[in-house]
Amino acid sequence: MSPASTASGHTARKSGFSRRGFLQVGASVSGGLLLGFVLPGGSRLSGQTIARTAGTAAIPDARLNAWIHIAPDDQITFMIHKSEMGQGTVTSLSQLLAEELECDWGKFRTEFPPVDIAFGPMQGVVGSQSIRTSWTPLRRAGATAREMLIAAAAQTWGVDKSQCRAQSGTVVNTATNASLSYGKLAATAAKLPVPANVALKDPAQFRYIGKPIKRLDTADKVNGTTKFGIDARLPGLVYAAVARCPVVGGKVVTFDDKRARAFPGVKQIVPISSGVAVVANNTWSAIQASRLLDIKWDEGANAAVNTPAITKMFADKTLQPGTVCRSVGDAEAALKGAAQKVDAVYHAPYLAHAPMEPLNCTADVRPDACHLWASTQMQTVVQAVAVQLTGLRPEQIHVHSMYMGGGFGRRATGDFISDAVEISKAIGAPVKATWSREDDIQHDRFRPASLARFSAGLDADGWPVAWMNRFACSSIQKSSSGQDPRNGIDRTSSEGLDDLEYEIPNQQVEYHWTETGIPVHYWRAVGYTQNTFFAESFLDELAAAGKKDPVELRRRLLAKSPRLLGVLNLAAEKAGWGQPLPEGRTRGVAAVFNVGTYSAQVAEISVVAGKVRVHRVVAAVDCGHVVNPMIVQQQIRSAIVYGLTAALKGEITLDKGRVQQTNFHQYDMLRIDEMPVVDVYLVPSTENPGGIGEAGVPAIAPAVCNAVFAATGKRVRQLPIRREQLV
Amino acid sequence: MASIKFNLNGKPHSADDAIPEMPLLWYLRDSLGMTGTKFGCGMALCGACTVHVNGQSVRACVTPVSSLAGKNVTTIEGLSADSSHPVQKAWAELDVPQCGYCQSGQIMTAAALLSKKARPSDADIDEVMRGNICRCGTYQDIRAAIHRAADLKGGKA
Repeated sequence: MSPASTASGHTARKSGFSRRGFLQVGASVSGGLLLGFVLPGGSRLSGQTIARTAGTAAIPDARLNAWIHIAPDDQITFMIHKSEMGQGTVTSLSQLLAEELECDWGKFRTEFPPVDIAFGPMQGVVGSQSIRTSWTPLRRAGATAREMLIAAAAQTWGVDKSQCRAQSGTVVNTATNASLSYGKLAATAAKLPVPANVALKDPAQFRYIGKPIKRLDTADKVNGTTKFGIDARLPGLVYAAVARCPVVGGKVVTFDDKRARAFPGVKQIVPISSGVAVVANNTWSAIQASRLLDIKWDEGANAAVNTPAITKMFADKTLQPGTVCRSVGDAEAALKGAAQKVDAVYHAPYLAHAPMEPLNCTADVRPDACHLWASTQMQTVVQAVAVQLTGLRPEQIHVHSMYMGGGFGRRATGDFISDAVEISKAIGAPVKATWSREDDIQHDRFRPASLARFSAGLDADGWPVAWMNRFACSSIQKSSSGQDPRNGIDRTSSEGLDDLEYEIPNQQVEYHWTETGIPVHYWRAVGYTQNTFFAESFLDELAAAGKKDPVELRRRLLAKSPRLLGVLNLAAEKAGWGQPLPEGRTRGVAAVFNVGTYSAQVAEISVVAGKVRVHRVVAAVDCGHVVNPMIVQQQIRSAIVYGLTAALKGEITLDKGRVQQTNFHQYDMLRIDEMPVVDVYLVPSTENPGGIGEAGVPAIAPAVCNAVFAATGKRVRQLPIRREQLV
Repeated sequence: MASIKFNLNGKPHSADDAIPEMPLLWYLRDSLGMTGTKFGCGMALCGACTVHVNGQSVRACVTPVSSLAGKNVTTIEGLSADSSHPVQKAWAELDVPQCGYCQSGQIMTAAALLSKKARPSDADIDEVMRGNICRCGTYQDIRAAIHRAADLKGGKA
């Protein structure tokens, strides 16, 4: 196979908007022929600019179902309802569709569709779910469309369907060798009944699924033509930046804009709910002038918040019993009877997401319609925010999904959408509102800080018999939706602590839901980002206390968890666990089951003058059936960098309610000279696919910290790893 | 307001009515609509906005338009007409980009490196490329692609 990745014809529409963006679509997943489309008199984008002209009539594509549209000229369009942020959905979802549709690789284009109930009540990309939730529906969508095209051909020829075969974008009459292209059949096919049950291919026959097919969106990403949200352009577009209260959650009382107004390029100053917006004829002027505003703030309830006080609150709370989220056997009694007891307290800081593309949204709010161009992880959130702020109906809100310059959970929020909607509504013009990097870091909705207290008991042979764990963390659910966690337990706080695969006979895990006033949100791998660091590090402490090899201890405790045991053994083998290393180098191991995927990592490190250098990471991953092994490997490497950045550098602190970090000089990222060699091994599997985008994050911090213990005898119980802890 | 003349991607350009202090990044993006050069930090900390000025890689976010008079400016749009620069070819061959947002800057920095060092070592790559952040963590692929681009430039298939 030679997938053509450089032809532009099948890359996702650069703009993400086109006439298809204005299709009024029905609610049925497998609707019939689209009868027409509405041109709301709003914006249309062609190439780099949106012409404010009425759309021209065109022959509509036949819509065989929500994902597959076929034009009379044989142009096949796949609707990629899971937006692309580097995780590979444009390519891998196309693999699922093309496989069953029986069209040739490269002989289609992709597009990000509008909000459509066909794509579910929550249209978005979160929780490493794109492949997991698309695996069956998208193959079925491809197969259903294929069967409808076959039926249309049979009807056209007046022959039985069994005499027709789909092949390379055509249906062939096996008796006569006549053929009809999908484009010629599509209009007929779209009027046929949708078959209820279609047979899916035997995986042994897969041509695209499971192959390391090159990404469809690479060509535009190496010449600067990919259109991210920040690249949206419209005639008459103005640019905005917002001055926000330095204290999280504070509000404007009064402001003096004399100096800001005098800055070149500035057009208007508009107070909005998140602060004071400066509108200018370019983004730089807007940002610069926003810093010249003289604003009197009501600093609100967080004016005295600081991180040491939050940590102390967590530490105090966890001295008391909490809400039980796991109970096996009798941990308290087993602890009392243990031959040896191990205690430890772990802590993880707030973290910002810091996607490379600063947050932004372009909004054009009109009396009868609102168009939004955004790199967003949650199309339905974007729509809901706009409905609330404009009073328009959902069908009047048009969300144009753009390529995302990273997401990591940050782009699943509506705060950067509301800025643009409010400003456009206030000034009656299309506006692009861009957050500065300082806004991004200081006004993030953070990965929650957390503290976990452990007590474990070992028997006389050094094997764990009791595991007690109390932890405190604020609730992402409460912060993002306002709803209290049901029964006091938010799984985004407890995952990674209440679901350990290790077979320890007596376990008790208790949660203290503890609000801090600081907004928190989903951060790539969510609760596992801190909790797997806690649990896998503490397990390593038990291995050391019981004089067990860390891999050997895990093997024993995973005897009944074959898939996690499998990746542990694979990682250990490939890393040469137990084999000699060069002078000064040590290894550490960690394993985790998250987002439906089993993984284990072995980190090889050295510590010189307190500085940790990670040389190599071996990752073994069992994510079930692999759709694209190249993308899976890239995602694991990516996740390891994300987790390693946090382990070595990541920390957001607050003083007097103010985030103390502003930009990359104070909230630094892993750089190329710190990059370990990462080897990823995939376990062949026919199980249903697991998630991948977040699977590689949790294990790296504990694997590195466990290696640091092996090197120095010093246990890292607080991230990020600090040089002063190790010298 | 001033008129500042420089060469942009090989063609004479006159920045009329430009705010002299405005960084090149925003002049390109908002005034000219050339969106291939990306905003990342505004403080020369991440490299997303890297362009070439007289062949040197510079951070467009801290380069005032007024400093460009008489100079040659190359952006990702002008690196090649058809993605045929060896760095772009190597990047495509190895499928380096994930989200892709930082990659214009990565490619421009790598192209400037290769114009000075035909066969950069890993240490050369570290020294020059460490100024470019990739939040997707494509560093391993970037390193391999720079070595591959050196091969392509040197005539190796």
